[in-house]
Amino acid sequence: MLQVISVLLENKPGALMRVTGLLTARGYNIESLTVARTLDPDLSRMSIVVDVEERLRSQVIKQMNKLVNVLQATDLTDCPAVCREMTLLRVRAPLEKRATIIKEAEIFGARVVDSSVDGFVIEATGDSEKLDEFLDVMQSYGDIDVTRSGAIAVSLELRKLRLQPPIHLAASLAETEEEETNGVLNG
Amino acid sequence: MSNLMNGARILLECLAREGVDCFFGYPGGVTLPFYDALYDHSIKHVLVRHEENACFAASGYARATGKVGVCCATSGPGATNLVTGLVDSLMDSIPVVAITGQVTSKLIGSDAFQEADTFGITRSCTKHNYMVKTVAELPQIIHEAFYLAASGRPGPVLVDIPKDIFQAQGHYTPVDQIHLRGYRVTTDGHTGQIRRAAQMIWEAERPIVYAGGGIIAANAEAELKDFVERADVPAVCTLMGLGGLGSGHPNFISMPGMHGSYAANMALSGCDLLIALGVRFDDRVTGRLAAFAPHARVIHVDIDPAEISKNRQADIPIVGDAKRVLQKLNRVVAELEPQMRAKSAPGRRAWWKQIREWKDQHPYDSPRSDSEIKPQHLMAEIDRLSGGEAIVATDVGQHQMWAAQLVRFNHPRLWINSGGLGAMGFGLPAAIGAQFARPDKLVFAIVGDGGFQMSIPELGTIASNGLPIKIVVMNNGYLGMVRQWQELFYNNRLSSVQLDCFPDAEKLAGAYGFRGSTVENPRELAGALEAMVREPGPYLLNVRVTPFENVYPMVPAGGAINEMVLSAPVAAAQ
Repeated sequence: MLQVISVLLENKPGALMRVTGLLTARGYNIESLTVARTLDPDLSRMSIVVDVEERLRSQVIKQMNKLVNVLQATDLTDCPAVCREMTLLRVRAPLEKRATIIKEAEIFGARVVDSSVDGFVIEATGDSEKLDEFLDVMQSYGDIDVTRSGAIAVSLELRKLRLQPPIHLAASLAETEEEETNGVLNG
Repeated sequence: MSNLMNGARILLECLAREGVDCFFGYPGGVTLPFYDALYDHSIKHVLVRHEENACFAASGYARATGKVGVCCATSGPGATNLVTGLVDSLMDSIPVVAITGQVTSKLIGSDAFQEADTFGITRSCTKHNYMVKTVAELPQIIHEAFYLAASGRPGPVLVDIPKDIFQAQGHYTPVDQIHLRGYRVTTDGHTGQIRRAAQMIWEAERPIVYAGGGIIAANAEAELKDFVERADVPAVCTLMGLGGLGSGHPNFISMPGMHGSYAANMALSGCDLLIALGVRFDDRVTGRLAAFAPHARVIHVDIDPAEISKNRQADIPIVGDAKRVLQKLNRVVAELEPQMRAKSAPGRRAWWKQIREWKDQHPYDSPRSDSEIKPQHLMAEIDRLSGGEAIVATDVGQHQMWAAQLVRFNHPRLWINSGGLGAMGFGLPAAIGAQFARPDKLVFAIVGDGGFQMSIPELGTIASNGLPIKIVVMNNGYLGMVRQWQELFYNNRLSSVQLDCFPDAEKLAGAYGFRGSTVENPRELAGALEAMVREPGPYLLNVRVTPFENVYPMVPAGGAINEMVLSAPVAAAQ
């Protein structure tokens, strides 16, 4: 079974590699990965779909939380969460079939975003299983070319995000031992 | 305060502000601007003979002091040569900052001369790494690097600096604060969990402390001593934790694990409560995990939450700094003492009696011979000269295990070895770092003939700096540990493990301008070691030992730790 891990991380060069490196170092294949910045442009939200057994997954997530660039890594597999994926597909179909295809697409809540004499481009969103079905149906109408976004997910639960406050260097340099910070761990 | 200077100078200002008094490095093309700035600066740069050894020396410096060790290398081959040292520091949680030069920003990605993707290569070799993009962000990054290296679970941090950043002019303003939003360190430990732990400790009949490198990293030796005394608990210290509780302390049993003592392994196997302090349940300690401390509940204290329940499920997990947690724990243990001590006393008396029996039944082997020097004899003699007070840096292999078994350490930060990575070639450069850190201390570098020949170039660094390091080569003519495994597990088919043509020690040391000698008669060993220690400068002592001695006890890989092979079978010994 596939799992979804949601990671809030700093929008910095190399941050993505640090997270994915924890998976690739163990030989896991990433099924899908999406990343884009959040309302705070200094941060990104990443959704990763992988297949990692549960015990190791919690270990990997702990190690993700340890990464300096990661603010919070969460396992959404067994939590109440919404998971969606988008697909763009180009269908090459003769003119006489097009009306049927459009009707079929509407059943799946998909819509045509562009068309040409060769065919057209349809956009669909939904959970991954729904998209699989949709693509199966579309294949029966002719040649299709598919790009999928990979899943994005959001938890329905509010998760407390406790962050490290700024560290005052003068004090830390003067008395390193006394200046250990006292944060609380996320995830 | 603000003034215009180049990036190289800004870097030196930041290093000085971090209290760096010396660092280890090797210059090259892209670090020329940095070394030019260094020419006018008071920070001491130690020119090593290979970049890997710069990182090992920085690690030795950090291990001996607890301060951040610093090393520096040029781009490309300089940076790639640091990799082994970085992983060593990562595995052993040693605070090291590595500065590498990079080709000029505009050339990055063009396969320029001496270009390598240092940032990419070292990502998984470091706790964190940086590539500097502008001279303006340089001070911030350097201070972050030092903070990250030393705080929480310490580790190596690398900063990759392109040549143009060293040359660019910038206004240097000392940085007041750093902000690492995602870097959270829990130091104090959960009060409720600590209370539960104290209760469990008093209730246990057969508790044992399993203390590791976290005690050393947290400087928690005084708190550990208080704890074992007040709670009346015996303790084992791992390879990384030796000196965390003084070897002479009555509660100290010895080292556990693959080559640990019979008593330590039996005590871990028989305990009903395992108090794990700053340890990571490494496979070389636990043996077969399913059979490790099978009857015990586990209290696990570690500053790194990812270590807790990684290998062994903890009944009471406590995330925190070992020193802080032990301070709190000691208070609660003391609070409960009046009502609990009498109740727990009978169980504890039986437990101590059992442990003393195990200790007496099978102490470490210490064979002697009239005709050849036994390695254990050598370690016992070094122990006698050290008296638990000298710094002992070792390489990796049989000599490391015998030294860990037989040399005593009264304090932390005396025992310096590559525990997690097991990097051969570590001992000599680490001793260099330790001697720079502690010029007042007697420093032994105990190395095998294999690892020594990986680091011979550093004899140049030792000679050039007049470092009075006492180099003891335990020379058995073989890669001893590999040979031992070939003997025991591969039908004694000794494949590529014999090291012949070892150089004449007197001539080798003499070529570098210091003294050396070879000893092979057991009756001359003590005298040779004493003469070496009397020598004010460096000394290379080549000790020819029995070639086919094996390290025992030994837990075969994958075995349970109470299933030790205690000594060589009689037939094999003859």
